[in-house]
Amino acid sequence: MKTLEELHKIREDKRKELDLRVNTKADTQEKHILVCHGTGCTSSKSPEIVENFRKILKEKNIENVRVIKTGCFGLCAKGPIVIIRPEDTFYAMVTPDDCEEIINTHIIEGKTVERLLCKDIGNKVVNSLDELSFYKKQKRIALKNCGVINPEDIDEYIAFDGYLALEKVLKEMTPDEVVKEVSDSGLRGRGGAGFPTGKKWEFTKVAQGDKKYVACNADEGDPGAFMDRSILEGDPHAIIEAMAIAAYAVGADEGYIYVRAEYPIAVQRLRIAIKQAEEYGILGKNIFGTDFNFDLSIRLGAGAFVCGEETALLESVEGRRGQPRIKPPFPANAGLWQKPTLINNVETYANIAQIILKGAEWYSSIGTETSKGTKVFALGGNVNNIGLVEVPMGTTLREIIFDIGGGIPGGREFKAAQTGGPSGGCIPAKYLDTPIDYESLKEIGSMMGSGGLIVMDDTKCMVSLSKFYLDFTVSESCGKCTPCRFGTKRMHEILTNLCEGKGTLEDIDKLEKLAHNIIKSSICGLGQTAPNPVLSSLKYFRDEFEEHAVDKKCRTQECKALAKITIDPEKCKGCGLCQKSCPVAAIKGEGRDKREIDQSICIKCGTCIKSCPFKAIS
Amino acid sequence: MSENKCKCGCNKKDEFLEKVFSEYKPIKDNLIQILNEVQDHYGYIPVHAQTAISEFLNMPMAEIYGVITFYSRFTLKPKGKYNIAVCLGTACFVKGSQKIMDRLKEKLGIEAGETTPDGKFSIEETRCVGACGLAPVFTVNGEVYGKATVQKLDQVLDKLKEKVD
Amino acid sequence: MSEEIVTLTIDGIEVKAKKGTTILEAARTAGIDIPTLCFLKEINEVGECRMCIVEVEGMRGFATSCIQKVADGMIVHTNTPAVVDARKVVLDLILSNHKIDCLKCVRSGNCELQKVSKQMNVQDIEFTGEMKHHEIDDLSPSIVRDFDKCILCGRCVATCKKVQEIGAIERSNRGFETCISTVDGKSLNDVNCTFCGQCIMNCPTGALHEKETIDEVWEKLRDPETTVIVQTAPAVRASLGEEFDMPIGTNVEGKMVTGLKRLGFDKVFDTNTGADFTIMEEANEFIKRFKENDTLPMITSCCPGWVKFAEMNYPELLPHLSSCKSPHEMFGALLKTYYAEKENIDPKKMYVVSVMPCIAKKFEQQRDELSNDGMQDVDNVITTRELARMMKQANIDLAKLPEDKFDDPMGEATGAAAIFGTTGGVMEAALRTAQDVLTGKDLQEIDFESVRGKKGIKRATVEVAGKTIKIVVASGLGNARKIMEEIKSGEADYQFVEIMACPGGCIMGGGQSIKSAKTRLEYDVRKLRADCLYSIDEKSTIRKSHENPVLKKIYKDYLGEPLGDKAHHLLHTNYNKREKYKLD
Repeated sequence: MKTLEELHKIREDKRKELDLRVNTKADTQEKHILVCHGTGCTSSKSPEIVENFRKILKEKNIENVRVIKTGCFGLCAKGPIVIIRPEDTFYAMVTPDDCEEIINTHIIEGKTVERLLCKDIGNKVVNSLDELSFYKKQKRIALKNCGVINPEDIDEYIAFDGYLALEKVLKEMTPDEVVKEVSDSGLRGRGGAGFPTGKKWEFTKVAQGDKKYVACNADEGDPGAFMDRSILEGDPHAIIEAMAIAAYAVGADEGYIYVRAEYPIAVQRLRIAIKQAEEYGILGKNIFGTDFNFDLSIRLGAGAFVCGEETALLESVEGRRGQPRIKPPFPANAGLWQKPTLINNVETYANIAQIILKGAEWYSSIGTETSKGTKVFALGGNVNNIGLVEVPMGTTLREIIFDIGGGIPGGREFKAAQTGGPSGGCIPAKYLDTPIDYESLKEIGSMMGSGGLIVMDDTKCMVSLSKFYLDFTVSESCGKCTPCRFGTKRMHEILTNLCEGKGTLEDIDKLEKLAHNIIKSSICGLGQTAPNPVLSSLKYFRDEFEEHAVDKKCRTQECKALAKITIDPEKCKGCGLCQKSCPVAAIKGEGRDKREIDQSICIKCGTCIKSCPFKAIS
Repeated sequence: MSENKCKCGCNKKDEFLEKVFSEYKPIKDNLIQILNEVQDHYGYIPVHAQTAISEFLNMPMAEIYGVITFYSRFTLKPKGKYNIAVCLGTACFVKGSQKIMDRLKEKLGIEAGETTPDGKFSIEETRCVGACGLAPVFTVNGEVYGKATVQKLDQVLDKLKEKVD
Repeated sequence: MSEEIVTLTIDGIEVKAKKGTTILEAARTAGIDIPTLCFLKEINEVGECRMCIVEVEGMRGFATSCIQKVADGMIVHTNTPAVVDARKVVLDLILSNHKIDCLKCVRSGNCELQKVSKQMNVQDIEFTGEMKHHEIDDLSPSIVRDFDKCILCGRCVATCKKVQEIGAIERSNRGFETCISTVDGKSLNDVNCTFCGQCIMNCPTGALHEKETIDEVWEKLRDPETTVIVQTAPAVRASLGEEFDMPIGTNVEGKMVTGLKRLGFDKVFDTNTGADFTIMEEANEFIKRFKENDTLPMITSCCPGWVKFAEMNYPELLPHLSSCKSPHEMFGALLKTYYAEKENIDPKKMYVVSVMPCIAKKFEQQRDELSNDGMQDVDNVITTRELARMMKQANIDLAKLPEDKFDDPMGEATGAAAIFGTTGGVMEAALRTAQDVLTGKDLQEIDFESVRGKKGIKRATVEVAGKTIKIVVASGLGNARKIMEEIKSGEADYQFVEIMACPGGCIMGGGQSIKSAKTRLEYDVRKLRADCLYSIDEKSTIRKSHENPVLKKIYKDYLGEPLGDKAHHLLHTNYNKREKYKLD
């Protein structure tokens, strides 16, 4: 247990100690080597890097250098990332073998290891994180501490104003004032639908109940979205603090974090954080000497996308199959064990403490008319700077993909950007300059979703992509209601037929009809949005669908069944190498004859293409 | 509580389950938590554990089975010595992970969710392991192989096969 | 407090409804028949099938009318083009995964999916595709499950889990792979199913039905060497008529006897006579236990679903069960001994068929304990529905038949036996006999109102021969479990307990005429059928089992005393612990 005075002291001392983390001119003899320990960098050996650094430092008896495991820096494509503070030197794609050189050159000799510096857009070599164009247009609120602090040390969180907002709320604000502050900030649910957060808090606050709960939806299931995971891995205390604030505001005394078991690092850091908060008396009874009590536990999801739907999540927390409930009643009135329950997403919570500290006015000054603050996107797919970006609402897709993301690799054309994952849609090039917010994305047939942003170049087939998303929905549909259970399956079958050249124009009409009806009659958000990727693709890329149906052609050659491998008679020299390589003997011709492919036998494996020394086959 | 015979018929008490049960209250709410522990420990949910959980939580086995089969993390059969999971998240898909998956199925002659008859390999489909920066990725017993290609997969498979033989 | 009435508009019609009713119910009172499939009043109100969707002005998306409560000023549209289209697509999708073999389906004509398809004028299935296929489970003696006809409405699961609290089946897998399954997809024969058959009663399609055994009856009827004797349970006469479109709960006893004779049964007897024997034995067993304070409470044992439930769940309490066989088994045993001897029939060439409102009786019939000299007491159990099917096959139109009487000498039965078919009936019949036996008088106060009615658990204290007896009557296995837990924990001090597995008793048994969800919303089926039995009792000249002249004669000529050696040998049985699951 720590008294408030003790916490203040920790904050003051630690802040001084950690000044070098945020201040390049910090007055210190120390150096901190920050090594990213997000999932991405961890899987490319960042723990070994830390071990090596520590070993070498020990061997060389270097004392004023500390090695810190941090959360995600965001630029995953360049991982593992190592940053040295206070000078803010940014080393990319570091291997364990590089540690020695970094210590010798950078730490001992005070020179930069040039070869490990990051290359920015246009191959410009940059020294520090702040210089990278990847970071220039970003505004970090939710990700504020990610990559700055050691997420496994509560003191480091406290150093950067951690738990100050909770103190302010408990000591100076009434629950009504807290709810009002959140409402005034204009914060909306970051989980996907964008429901005003303040309203949700208000509904739960006024709901009748002898017992109330708060819950955190950390079941980030959207394939290709990982911002919640990064926040949990990089700044777990921010979520704990926000949930305590929420609990105080709505009158709850118990909270649950529902997190994917597939996120072992996040789970581990959350466990550590909760334990530390309990030890400090920030969770438990009579927090900060007030009569506010709050206990927090973790519940692990077990691999069901639908559990990201709030009522399915409730079912799962209660130990059952994650089948959504029919709304109303909403969780605010009948949630966990039928008691009023506030459910917010990780990223939503990640904004709360700062809204309390800096005020609603500050927060609402960022963003667009209807969508305030920032949004974190997981930028992935055919884009150079794959990673996590946080930008003010209203930033355009072009800025994100080209200015921050560094554009499309391999000199290919931008074809579409997919937002909202399996609930969202594909956005074509003509909307690249649309400022992104909840409304604008909806208008162009997609949605914000949780923040996955997948970029596709011109080698991607939109029919095949639609099928990919339906594949996902079919396997993730809970099966409770008819339209989603059977409807998505039927849509998937039609799309499969189209990809295999067995579809017709009539099928495309059927697909649309089904899609609209599934949206209207499904019980939960999963079914109500599952057809979106298909509908938006149909809206912007209908000609591709029609090509598949009528001409039996896939312009990107992605649909194997439609691909035709042919030998250019101009280029063929009759060497016969292709014939030898063909596993099914589909290539005809003898001696020095020009070879031909029997399409009825060809399985389109592509082996012959590689075998041809004259590049005659395509 | 869990006086369940193990497969060899030795009738030994399952100490692991005893321990898990001592950590939870016998209420249905804890089912998924307990199943997660059993899955982690055994690599699947064996029948004797289902029976023991049914008795511990006083709930019908069909209900437990319904929960197990709902969540893709829970499996009813042991995974292979090497469990190879291919990420089919969007970021990986866009970068061609389906080709990796197709190749893997072809090489091992099994479908996703299955184990080879010799128990050495199993295939799993995963959605986003969070290494999108390395897309496409596959994992072998949790170890991530990034920027994967069909060739790279073949090499890894060959190595693993050498190891088990 | 007067109930609040709200006014709403449905399809332009002003409708008044009690606050708390659903849009669906309100609409039906106004003659607007919104189709449903998964909805089952009070048991499955989940809104999953999406057939009942409607538009409510001001609400986002469609409302689920089977769940959504009415509100004052609400404006509902049940038939806009958008709703109709969506509903059609939903039905189309259901049909796209349904094995459509209506002509040979046991539920043809009484299938809710068929009715809804007709109502919505389905002529074609638009969204065809892969259909889920599972092997039929017909390994149990009682229930057949044909998954290919299952529409995943969840009514069986809700019944098994919430009403009966058994949980033998549950949804497994998810999405398109969703299936109603036992643990590991085992046969019902290998899991904790009690064969109560309530799942069948609540299944809207032919996915669940009884294991039909009428072919063997036909075969025996055609065999001149075999004496085929049929007996009919008390509850059958209250429901058989429904299968011939007669009003629910019509007493068709006389017509049924005529029909059975026309089917060619050599003798048509009444299980009610067997029930009178059961009462004689059971009442005397109770008196004995009561006087000796031996293993009380005594619990009735005539319900085979309940007995199987007790064997699986409460083996330690089995000594509490009365050792009496159930009425038709007692009767079968007497037919193959006393009656065979008297009529000079080789019992090996006698074939006893029981017509029962029950499918657990099919399981009971096969129990080893219920046999004598290597012969089963009863050879075949068919349900009310199967009997109707046989009659239809034989061109018999039950409604138009004249009435006839059961055959002598074993056709005489009392009013006490008639009420065996409803919850509380066995208790009441036993008390009538117990009080006369104890006092040695012919008491006239014989209506025990406290054990009648629809409540699932009825506790009462009755005065019998100056002694106070604490009794409880429970129907439905969920309620049975509550009583057993009370007994197990020692908090209960009952002396006599009646349990029937089916909610409402045998009149609502798993072998009775199946009523649609819609019919059950409109009619109190249980009450109508119970009234039928109580009215038979009331009109009976003899209303106490021990006064049945047939009974007196057989005890005198053949059995000796109740609980005597011979009676014990023929009319009593024993129970054994039974494993709930047989898994690998």
